[in-house]
Amino acid sequence: MKAITLVLVAATAASSPTLPLSLCAAMRLGSPPRAVAVALAETAADKSYKVGLLVIEAPWTRATPGGAEVGGAYLKITNTGAEPDRLLGGTLPIAAAVEVHAMSVTDGVMKMRKLETGLEIKPGQTVELKPGGYHLMFTGLRQALQQGQPIKGTLQFEKAGSVEVEYRVEPIGAPSREGAKKERHMH
Amino acid sequence: MQTGGAISTATGRSARRVWRGLGATLGPCLLIAAWLGVSSGVPALAQSGGSDRPTFELIDHNGKAFCGAALVGRPYAIFFGFTHCPDVCPTTLMAMSNALRRLGAAGDRLTMLFVSVDPERDTPEQLRRYLSSFDARIIGLTGTQAQVAAAAQGWKAFHNKIPEDDGTYTIVHSAYVYLMDRANRLVGTTGFEDSEEEQAAKLRRLID
Repeated sequence: MKAITLVLVAATAASSPTLPLSLCAAMRLGSPPRAVAVALAETAADKSYKVGLLVIEAPWTRATPGGAEVGGAYLKITNTGAEPDRLLGGTLPIAAAVEVHAMSVTDGVMKMRKLETGLEIKPGQTVELKPGGYHLMFTGLRQALQQGQPIKGTLQFEKAGSVEVEYRVEPIGAPSREGAKKERHMH
Repeated sequence: MQTGGAISTATGRSARRVWRGLGATLGPCLLIAAWLGVSSGVPALAQSGGSDRPTFELIDHNGKAFCGAALVGRPYAIFFGFTHCPDVCPTTLMAMSNALRRLGAAGDRLTMLFVSVDPERDTPEQLRRYLSSFDARIIGLTGTQAQVAAAAQGWKAFHNKIPEDDGTYTIVHSAYVYLMDRANRLVGTTGFEDSEEEQAAKLRRLID
């Protein structure tokens, strides 16, 4: 029974962002799991990392349109420590630089600016970099990011130091990490 | 754009002489504008009940002149962005591609324009490469700074260059897709903040 539950949970986790509802629906309908067993703690979408007392979750980015030299990347950072820290940027082998940017849309006007001193994560705080808000900016990309082909890079924190992470690559223009699963896309 | 040679035999000999002269000195957009009797250089002031036809002059992603006046009688959607935009622009272009795909052949009845507010970096070739990732019906437009500014002015699509420390710059710009009817009136906007269904519905209303 436990094994079946594990498989069902993994299958619905792979197919829908709202885990509890889908699990009940899947069990009620008796639908067969769509995916074979996947490790619960770490699906391809939900890699998490620890550096010092910071927890980094689900780094992801998007495939880049033809000839694009920039890309945005997103993730969640939780500071489980008692001291504030700052995300300063990072590195990516195929990019000239990885910067931290803030973005806002006010009255339909989009404003983006580089955060020269990075992004603070206060003790106990979770900061989410997501479309429409804070993001990492890959600049000077030397090749396109391809959907479904994760890429590795590093993140640099002021106090915690450097950590290697892997970014899941969602489709071009995916509105969100979960939203990417729901939409049909151009290829 | 053809000059004198394109004028049909229905016009008189003297008219053809005038057209050849004009063609020799003016750009193709001015020719169309003159033909349609609209003075060029006046931005389409749709919101304030201005010209009933768009008059911008830009260059498309294939390097050909694109005259706003060519849109007369067609509904269109226009969006201002740039290829060094990591978030809003790819997302909006993908959303518009999906909406056009939902419309299918009916989507051919409107024109979808992506105008670069960063013509310094967005050459026609750069736009062509970029747009190859999206619906083939989306037309990329660029030009000189003045041409792009004139086009954006028509929609008050505010854009600013903010210089960064390392000599590069980023652009502040409007995130709306402006929806224009056949009489060049602004009838609404859409964008990444609308659901996919709503975006397609708004485009469909344009062509109905």
